[in-house]
Amino acid sequence: MNTKKAAAVAIVAALGVTTLAACGGGDGGKDKATGTPAPKTVTLVSHDSFNASKEVLAEFTRQTGFTVKVLKSGDAGEAVNKEILTKGSPQGDVFFGVDNTLLSRALDNGIFTPYEAKGLNRIPAALQLDKEHRVTPIDSGDICVNYDKQYFAGKKLAPPQSFDDLAKPAYKDLLVVENPERSSPGLGFLLGTAAEYGDGGWQDYWKKLKANGVKTVDSWELAYNQEFSGSAGGKKAKGDRPLVVSYASSPPVEVLYSEPQPKVAPTGVSTGTCFRQTEFAGLLNGAKNPEGGKALIDFLISKKFQDDMPLQMFVNPVTTDATLPELFTKHGVVVDKPETMAPDKIAANRDQWIQQWTLLVLK
Amino acid sequence: MVLPVAFFAVFFAWPVASIVERGLRPDGHWELGRFAQTLSSPEILDVLWFTLWQALASTALTLLVALPGAYVFARFDFPGKGLLRAVVTVPFVLPTVMVGTAFLALLGRRGLLDELWGVRLDTSVWAILIAHVFFNYAVVVRTVGGLWSQLDPRQEEAARVLGASRWRAWRTVTLPALGPSVAAAALMVFLFTASSFGIVQILGGPAYSTLETEIYRQTADRLQLSTAAVLTLVQFVAVGAILAVHARTVRRRETALKLVPPERTAARPRGAGQWLLLGAVLLSIGLLILAPLGVLVERSLATSTGYGLDHYRALQSVDENGTFLVPMTDTIVNSLQYALAATAIAVVIGGLAAAALTRRAGRLVRGFDALLMLPLGVSAVTVGFGFLITLDEPPLDLRASWILVPLAQALVGVPFVVRTMLPVLRAVDERLREAAAVLGASPWRAWHEVDLPLVRRALLIAAGFAFAVSLGEFGATVFIARPDNPTLPVAVARLLGRPGELNYGQAMALSTILMVVCAVSLLLLERLRNDRTSGEF
Repeated sequence: MNTKKAAAVAIVAALGVTTLAACGGGDGGKDKATGTPAPKTVTLVSHDSFNASKEVLAEFTRQTGFTVKVLKSGDAGEAVNKEILTKGSPQGDVFFGVDNTLLSRALDNGIFTPYEAKGLNRIPAALQLDKEHRVTPIDSGDICVNYDKQYFAGKKLAPPQSFDDLAKPAYKDLLVVENPERSSPGLGFLLGTAAEYGDGGWQDYWKKLKANGVKTVDSWELAYNQEFSGSAGGKKAKGDRPLVVSYASSPPVEVLYSEPQPKVAPTGVSTGTCFRQTEFAGLLNGAKNPEGGKALIDFLISKKFQDDMPLQMFVNPVTTDATLPELFTKHGVVVDKPETMAPDKIAANRDQWIQQWTLLVLK
Repeated sequence: MVLPVAFFAVFFAWPVASIVERGLRPDGHWELGRFAQTLSSPEILDVLWFTLWQALASTALTLLVALPGAYVFARFDFPGKGLLRAVVTVPFVLPTVMVGTAFLALLGRRGLLDELWGVRLDTSVWAILIAHVFFNYAVVVRTVGGLWSQLDPRQEEAARVLGASRWRAWRTVTLPALGPSVAAAALMVFLFTASSFGIVQILGGPAYSTLETEIYRQTADRLQLSTAAVLTLVQFVAVGAILAVHARTVRRRETALKLVPPERTAARPRGAGQWLLLGAVLLSIGLLILAPLGVLVERSLATSTGYGLDHYRALQSVDENGTFLVPMTDTIVNSLQYALAATAIAVVIGGLAAAALTRRAGRLVRGFDALLMLPLGVSAVTVGFGFLITLDEPPLDLRASWILVPLAQALVGVPFVVRTMLPVLRAVDERLREAAAVLGASPWRAWHEVDLPLVRRALLIAAGFAFAVSLGEFGATVFIARPDNPTLPVAVARLLGRPGELNYGQAMALSTILMVVCAVSLLLLERLRNDRTSGEF
C-alpha cells in the first residue's frame, strides 16, 4: 500500500538525481549513443602511472578520427591480472603497461592478438621480445639504487656503485628496498640480484644484505617518500635511509617537482645496481574497435608520442629517432650495462624466488 | 523490497559468487579440496590468527578509550561539544591512505613521539591498534553515547533514593540498559578491524597480513583465485556470524527503554571528579584524533621556505607536465558528483529496505537485514574483481562507465542508511497511520502527512552519512577501472605515488580539504540531530 507509493516516488526521485549527476558526470554513455557502426572512440587500458599530454592525444584524434579513452586499472601487476580475468571480453581495445617481468604471464594466457605495428624498424631488435608481435615495446627504464648526495658528501664517503658495495660494512643500515611481491621496483631489484649472482647465489647475497641492515617496506611510495633521506617527501618525513631502490629517472623528476628547481639534482644513481624494465602494449583479444586499436599502437611508437613520454611517465623512449628532453640529458644518467633477464626465465622462477626471498628476508 | 533485493543480487551477490566460482571451479568442476589445502597451510593459519587477535585487541582498546568519551558526550554539556562530536567522527570517513600517512608522521621514524621520547611504533602492531582506535572511536561514541544521552538519569537517582549505592545503582539500572548497545558497538568495531585493509597495509609493513590484505595479495598480485576464493568464503562465514550476533543484540536493545531528549540529561560537569574525567577525555581526543589530523594540516602548509598556502594554490593550476591533465580542483568536483550519485542510490535502496523491514517481520526479513550489512565486511577487491567478470555484457557492461563508482560506494553507504532509518521508522506509531486512514486520507497522503515529517530528519542524516562515507570511500573505488577523472582519495594516493615536494604537499593539501569537507558535512548533521533520531551512527 503506502510502501509501494513511497517506493515509486523514491525511484522517480532517484532517477532524477542520477540523471542530474549524469549531466555533470562527464561522457559516461556518449559512445554508446553514437550508434553501432565504426565506434569513434578507442579505449586504452593501462596502469595508474599512464600519462600523456592533452595535445598529443588531440594529435592522434586529428590524424585518425578516433578519440582515446583511458581506463586506469590499478598498479601494473593488478592491471595485467584484470586483463587475464576478463580475457575474451576485455575492458578496452589496447592494453599498455605489461613489462618484461609479467610478459610471459600475459602471453601464456593469450590476452593479445598479433599486430605488427608501423615503424617497428625504429625499435632496436633487442627490445622486441615477442617474435609474433603480440606486443610492441613502448618504453624502457632502469630500476637502480638512488643515493642522497648530501648525506654521502657530509660523511665524506663515496656512494656505493655496485651490488657488492651495498653489502659492505661502510653502508650498514643505509638501504631501504621494496617488497618484491607488492612492488615492481622491489621485484626488479630482486631480479637484478638474481641476474648478477645467478640462480644459486642470490640467496647468499641477500643474507649479507640482511646482516648489513637492509630495511624492507611494502611500496615504492613508502620507501621513497618516507624512508629515503634524499627525496623532498622523505626530507619532510625526516627519512633516515640515504639509499633507496628507485628509478634511474628519479633524479630529474626530483628536480622537476621542486620549487624553486635546484641547479643540480639532490640525488644520484648507483649505475652498477640497475635492472632494465621494458614496457609493452598490445591489441586485446576481443577488442571492439580493432582498427582504432591498431592505429593507437602505431601512434604509441610515433615520434610525437615517444618525445612526449619522458616527462609524462619518466621513462625512456624506445625508438631511435626520439629526442630526450633537456631535463633528462642534464640531470639523468645513462646506464651502460643494466642487468636483464628473459621473460620466460622470469615467469618460470618469479613466484618461487619471491617465496624464498620472503622466508629469507622477512621472516 | 523488490528493488533493494535486486540491487544486492546484481551488484553484490552475483559478482562475489562469480569470482568465488571462478576460483573454486576453474575447469567446470568444483575443486573443494582447495579448502583443506588452503586452510592447512601454515602461512594462511598465521594470517587467520593475526586477523583474529589484532581485531580483538583493537576492539578492547577502542572500548577502553572510547567508553569514557561516550559518557562525557552523553552526560556533560560543554562549549564546542557539537563541533567536537563532528570532529571525532571525521576519522571514520577518512580514506586510509591519508590516515596511514598521518600516523607515520606521528609514530614513525622521527615522528613526534620519536623526537620527544625516542619511541617508534611504525611497522609494529601498536601502530595498527592505535590507528584502529582512531578510526572507530566515533562508532562507540555514537552508538553507546547516543543511547546513553537518552537514558533518563532519574531512574538511577530513584534507585539511589531507595538506598542503592552509586555503583549498585549504575550496575542494576544503567548497565543493563546500555549493555546491548555496548555489545553492538563492540561487534561493529570488531567487524571493521577484522576487515582492515589500508591501515595494515601502510602501518603494519610487509610482515603483517590480515584476511583482507591476504585476499588482495592472492587476487591482485598473484592471481591465485582459488586461495582467494577460500579466504573469501571464510570471511563470509565469519562476517555472517558477527552480523547474526549483532542483529540479536540490536533487537534486545530495542526492548522498551524509557527515553528522554538528550538536552534534559546533559549538564555542566560538577565537582573535581567530573571535571577531571572531562579533562582526561578531551586530552585523549586531542592526542589520538586531533594530533594526527593536525599533522596533515601542518604538512599541507609547510613549504621549503616556511609556512604558506603554496600547495593549495598549486591545486588550482593545470599541471603543465600532465600528472592529471586537469586542475586538482576538478577532482574535488568529481568526488562531489560521485558522492551525490552514490548518496541518491544509497538513500533510495536503503530507505526502501528500511521501510520494508519496518512493515514486515519474520526470519526471512531479519536475514535480509543482516545481508544488507555484508558489504561492510566483505573484501572490496572481491567485489571489484567480481564486477569485472560479471558486468561485462550490454546492457550491463558498466565496467568503463562512471556509474560503477557510485554503485560501489552505495554498497557501503546502504548499511548506514538502513541503520539510521530503521529505529526511527520503527518508532512511528502505527496508530497514527490508521487514524489518518480512518479520517479518509489516501495511503500516499497518510505517508506524506504522518511518516514524512517524522522521518525527514532521519532521512537527511542518513543521506549526510552516506555522502560522507562515499566521499572518503577508497577501497572499492580504487579497484574499479575508470575514465581518467579520479576521486579525491584516489588523487591523494596517486600524488603520494610520485616523487617531488610539490606532489607531496599537494597530497597533504587535498587531504586537508577532504577532511574539512567531511567535517563540515558532519557538523551540519549535528545540527539536525534531535531526540527522535537515535539511529546507530
